[in-house]
Amino acid sequence: MSPSTLFHPRDGFPEPHAETHDSAIYREISATSRPRAGSHLKLEGIAKRFGKLAVLDRLDLEIPGGQLVAIVGRSGCGKSTLLKLIAGLETLDSGQLSADDQPLSAHRDDTRLMFQEARLLPWKRVIDNVALGLAGDWRPRALEALREVGLGDKAAMWPAQLSGGQRQRVALARALIHQPRLLLLDEPLGALDALTRLEMHALIEKLWQRHAFTLLLVTHDVAEAVQLADRVIVLEDGRIGLDLTIPLPRPRQPASPGVSALETRILHRVLGRSEPDGDEASPHASRPPTP
Amino acid sequence: MSPARRRTLDRWLPWLVPLLIVLFWQWLVSDGWIASRLLPTPLSVLEAGWRLSASGELPHHLLISFQRAALGFLIGASIGLLLGTLSGLSWWGEKLLDSSVQMVRNVPHLALIPMVILWFGIDETAKIFLVALGTAFPIYLNTFHGIRGIDADLMEMARSYGLSGRALFTHVVLPGAMPSILVGVRYSLGLMWLTLIVAETISASSGIGYLAMNAREFLQTDVVVLTIVLYAILGKLADESARFLERRWLRWNPAYRGGQVQ
Ligand SMILES: Nc1ncnc2c1ncn2[C@@H]1O[C@H](COP(=O)(O)OP(=O)(O)O)[C@@H](O)[C@H]1O
Ligand SMILES: [Mg+2]
Repeated sequence: MSPSTLFHPRDGFPEPHAETHDSAIYREISATSRPRAGSHLKLEGIAKRFGKLAVLDRLDLEIPGGQLVAIVGRSGCGKSTLLKLIAGLETLDSGQLSADDQPLSAHRDDTRLMFQEARLLPWKRVIDNVALGLAGDWRPRALEALREVGLGDKAAMWPAQLSGGQRQRVALARALIHQPRLLLLDEPLGALDALTRLEMHALIEKLWQRHAFTLLLVTHDVAEAVQLADRVIVLEDGRIGLDLTIPLPRPRQPASPGVSALETRILHRVLGRSEPDGDEASPHASRPPTP
Repeated sequence: MSPARRRTLDRWLPWLVPLLIVLFWQWLVSDGWIASRLLPTPLSVLEAGWRLSASGELPHHLLISFQRAALGFLIGASIGLLLGTLSGLSWWGEKLLDSSVQMVRNVPHLALIPMVILWFGIDETAKIFLVALGTAFPIYLNTFHGIRGIDADLMEMARSYGLSGRALFTHVVLPGAMPSILVGVRYSLGLMWLTLIVAETISASSGIGYLAMNAREFLQTDVVVLTIVLYAILGKLADESARFLERRWLRWNPAYRGGQVQ
């Protein structure tokens, strides 16, 4: 289904026709409501530049369906650009993006991107935000999605009346209602306080386990990456600098020895290009060997 | 202060100063500090209002003025909204429209009165034309800026959810620009009465402005002041209706929710 068909003219149909048209939608919904496997994602030779700045430089990455991958890297290293490319919000300069051996552009409706800010439409009530872009009888589904993120009782509120964490959960519900097979999260917890983050970690992990989508999580918090991910990728110089499997069993305890060791290793890699102060000219800039 | 007491004060306190002024005015004139030939007392203004209402003259002129104002505003607002949307949404629209509109905007529209009389005579079209001209610009400008000011992040999000074309306009662009558009509406409603007063005063055979001019010729100061008071009331009503729209359409915005939650 192409993006333009998401908005069916059915919205405006007079009542007598509603039944026949809605039954088509119900078919659509039931066809998609059984759990679907996550997209198997393949990125080959991805390059993207803004003017003179090569943000991504022939990046290769393969992610099996259902994996939870965390992407970390210095600010400005191209993490958001990578997600936007996958989501189709930016155009590639060169390279191939595919999901399940088809061009990713054929999977637009299976791919959802969540941003650092919730980006709710302030003039729509919570439930109408969740249903953005849906046609037909979406109310029960939207309520269900809100219940999944623990906000079933906030359906009639305005976004301005919610806390930051609640807004992010609404954004999550808005993404989930489309039953994505690939979910892209761009530092979704960056602006939240520590306790809310822990809650969100649990929620994201639960939803990922239940819905089995492939999940790409960009984060600047290495502890968060190790806590949640099957695999952590460090982005540097427009390529993958480190690709590390996290073999720890779930549920994971924060700050256990295994977690700490991995965290330290990744942090070194991220910061390793210069002293932690960011002094590029330092002659002693340490650089750990590539694994 | 208890909430009930506060509500009462909230409602009535703003009327205190106008009331005192009216009382003071009555005293000034009736005690002879100002000649009643120059300024009628509030009571005689009320009396004039009563007299003209009873004879049916006042309702007649009021209705005519109201019709002119409403029709002119409707035309002007639609044009402003349409052009503002065109130049707000498209590069071509802006390049083709914006600088021309800005140029015309800087001409005081009332300067066109002699031309308008030449074109349309003193019939209805002239007045409606002037009102439409006066009200179109504030709405054009605020629509344009409202649309340009929409959060690009929200647009990006909406596109990533498959919205485009009409859906994007009705769900994101229009509501996003609405606070700004309503500022334009409020401003235009003020200009609407101003334009109509001037137009009716200069050339008309009916309407409140005509009533005022006619009364001046016969030195009926009470009627002249009555028309001024009427303009004040009409202006206030126009403003209230704009605020009503704000409270209704901008409910989502805490700044317009008027204190109550939801
Ligand atoms: N639309 C754009 N135009 C020009 N430069 C951009 C644009 N988007 C991102 N960049 C630049 O590309 C680099 C990577 O940006 P981004 O992907 O947002 O980094 P990250 O999310 O890792 O912090 C930055 O240097 C940024 O300034
Ligand atoms: Mg970013």
